[in-house]
Amino acid sequence: MTMNPDLVDKTYKVIGTRVRRPDGVDKVTGRARYGADASAPGQLVGLVLRSPHAHAVIKKIDISKAEKLKGVKAVITSADFPDHTNGDRGLRDILENCMARKKALYDGHAVAAVAAVDARTAREALKLIKVDYQILPHVTEVDDAFKANAPLLHDDIFTDGITPTPTKSSNFVKQAEYGHGDIDAGFREADVIIEKSYKTEQTHQGYIEPHSCLASVSPDGMAEMWVCTQGHFVYRNQCAAILGMDANKLRVTSSEIGGGFGGKTHIWAEPLALALSRKANRPVKLTMTRDEVFRATGPTSSTSIDVKIGAKKDGTITAAFAELRYHGGAFPGNWAEFGAMTGFACYDLKNVKTVSKDCVVNRPKTAAYRAPSTPQVCFAVESTVDEVARAIGMNPVDFRIKNAAKEGTKSSYGPVYGPIGIGPTLEAAKNHPHMKAPLAKDTGRGMACGFWFNFGGQTCVDMNVTPDGNVTVAVGTIDVGGSRASLALVVAEELGVPYDAVRVVVADTSTLGHNDMTDGSRGTFSSSMAAVFATRNAIKTLRERAAKTWEIPLDEVVWEDGAARAVGAQHGNRAPLTLKEIAAAAPGSGGPIAGHAEIVADNAGVSFATHICDAHVDKETGKTTITRYTVIQDAGKAMHPAYVEGQYQGGAAQGIGWALNEEYIYGANGRLQNAGFLDYRIPVCSDLPMIDTQILEIPNPHHPYGVRGVGETSIVPPLAAVANAVTNAAGVHMNHVPMSPPRILKAIKALKA
Amino acid sequence: MSRLEIHLWGALRPLAGGASSIFIEAQTIRELFRKMGEQYPGMEPHLRRGVAVSISGKVFRDQLDTPLPPDQEIYLLPRVPGG
Repeated sequence: MTMNPDLVDKTYKVIGTRVRRPDGVDKVTGRARYGADASAPGQLVGLVLRSPHAHAVIKKIDISKAEKLKGVKAVITSADFPDHTNGDRGLRDILENCMARKKALYDGHAVAAVAAVDARTAREALKLIKVDYQILPHVTEVDDAFKANAPLLHDDIFTDGITPTPTKSSNFVKQAEYGHGDIDAGFREADVIIEKSYKTEQTHQGYIEPHSCLASVSPDGMAEMWVCTQGHFVYRNQCAAILGMDANKLRVTSSEIGGGFGGKTHIWAEPLALALSRKANRPVKLTMTRDEVFRATGPTSSTSIDVKIGAKKDGTITAAFAELRYHGGAFPGNWAEFGAMTGFACYDLKNVKTVSKDCVVNRPKTAAYRAPSTPQVCFAVESTVDEVARAIGMNPVDFRIKNAAKEGTKSSYGPVYGPIGIGPTLEAAKNHPHMKAPLAKDTGRGMACGFWFNFGGQTCVDMNVTPDGNVTVAVGTIDVGGSRASLALVVAEELGVPYDAVRVVVADTSTLGHNDMTDGSRGTFSSSMAAVFATRNAIKTLRERAAKTWEIPLDEVVWEDGAARAVGAQHGNRAPLTLKEIAAAAPGSGGPIAGHAEIVADNAGVSFATHICDAHVDKETGKTTITRYTVIQDAGKAMHPAYVEGQYQGGAAQGIGWALNEEYIYGANGRLQNAGFLDYRIPVCSDLPMIDTQILEIPNPHHPYGVRGVGETSIVPPLAAVANAVTNAAGVHMNHVPMSPPRILKAIKALKA
Repeated sequence: MSRLEIHLWGALRPLAGGASSIFIEAQTIRELFRKMGEQYPGMEPHLRRGVAVSISGKVFRDQLDTPLPPDQEIYLLPRVPGG
């Protein structure tokens, strides 16, 4: 009955089956409650006034007329948010992003908010708020932000990572370097060197459900919030810190989630709803419009990346270099640095160097988006890798296999790899029927591989046996990708009971210890590990109860197939005690039966994937159609294969949208021009083929069932896989994502010229 | 207690005089971080923000009581966010 996670049991009864999802009926019948479905008696409508300017000093805000409007119960500005951040720069940036203080830093930055009896009154009140702006020059493009004459966003940024530290503030936040070896010597050894520059545009996670919350603060300081989030414990902690509250006084209940992908790991309007409720002494519901979601919640960085790769004619890469320039929106971040860590992680390189340069621009605060920062650098690196392979006349799959990282490889970000799965995904791609299928006219085939870290983190699980011998499980990680089903499978497997005997719920923040967010592909990895340990603790109690009943020593009782069994020759004819029988006898044998686990699930193991894409390019219009797509990725162990396939398909679909259509378009005035799904086009079903998947199962030795996180890596390769397919279809090298029809047409015309 | 070679990621190297690694006697991650803060005060902000420790390829972000074996590669990395 070990709690050691470094043990993989290879035979399962229910793990790996495609059981019905516990949230399925509610979701298809409309019963499921999302963020905006919460309501409370006497609730008010909260709305936010946002800056129309990309960069402006807020000289004065006059809320007097709005406050006097009948039906308005509260109006707030930054004056209602005293700085409780105690020198924590990250928390101060969150505070300033939620409500602008001295300056509006981007189009859409919140400057005031109202709570009124209805939406019409709230809208009228917003119109009555007068903001006196002093408009400043702005910068929205990443390369422009580094220029010496660029408009300055903050006067307290002095580039970190450069020696000596500059004495003059700038938009250049941080520089970092990774790598090893001597790239100059490596490039001298090369027979072929390809050097290219790339750009990727800013994209949004594009979740269907907008941010929404209902906040209720009582005069005694006790508060509740119902919210759509990827991490209600983190929301609680950050909101409480910003509002100067004790965390235990704010109880946060999460709703179902209509997509997050990283965008709901950050707080945006939730502190405003709480502050409005505190001021109005009424519950306040605040739901963002789609326009607000685009303008004021976290998109990715747009990027500018230079890549240089050299190789010998035999296919050995001799040196690789990249310089990455990313932005954090209007606030400092490490986004380029994460790209620098991951860019060459798929390869075994003797000489490699990456340099990251992070900056700020007048755009919304950058947020994580599935394997943050990695799809962009993967696009640049994997496009160049294909060009090098082409230049030396080598098949791109074989070229990648020859240079793939393996156990013992010194990774491009530093440490030596343990057992990893890039090789098997490449070999599977080489042997996949997709790779050998014939291609139609004007259709090309591309491939790319990708990497992501994955992590574990803090997780709690309570597992309770009901008096009738069924099981409830309370978990603190949000279910964004099927974790409730996976946890029920785990508990059923451990206990030896049917899947339907286990019900899993996401508990609120007052009923469990702290849980980290569902991000970093950690949800199922960490919470299933905690569920295994909680169940094993409960099984120990069940054995003790049986031992008491039988009046025999505990070590003569084992747990098998949902029942306690006495072992030893003297107990040969004793009938087992089932879970139901032990549960029924619980009042007289010690009371309720439960198991708990509070863990830090470190050592998640890194993740690799290889994608194959067929793309048809209409050379008259520049339109690209994806005709076939295959995702190959290691899941360690797919507890619920349908959910794993869904993660693979979802990541690929989002990556294809990023590759072909999605981008934030800013006007010369610094305002976002396409803040809606009509003009910011994410792929719909009719845009995509059935995305095929191949799940590899190379057990993670650091999880009791061998599980690896699967939620993020599948968005990493698509940009490059699509680009390489487009190159092979139309003969043009696309170095700017998205590869929209105008950009492809321009490239085709340039090629003809 | 043996002296461990601690490999630094790029951002920490300027704070160690440009060295790619430093040598510290420590038995656990907690002890390592404490001594790093004492010996290299400039690294304190990084330690507060969070540092991950790779022990021969196994990455530990949170478990500060994790032992640091003397014969393993120890590599410090920034904590990476997820989506």
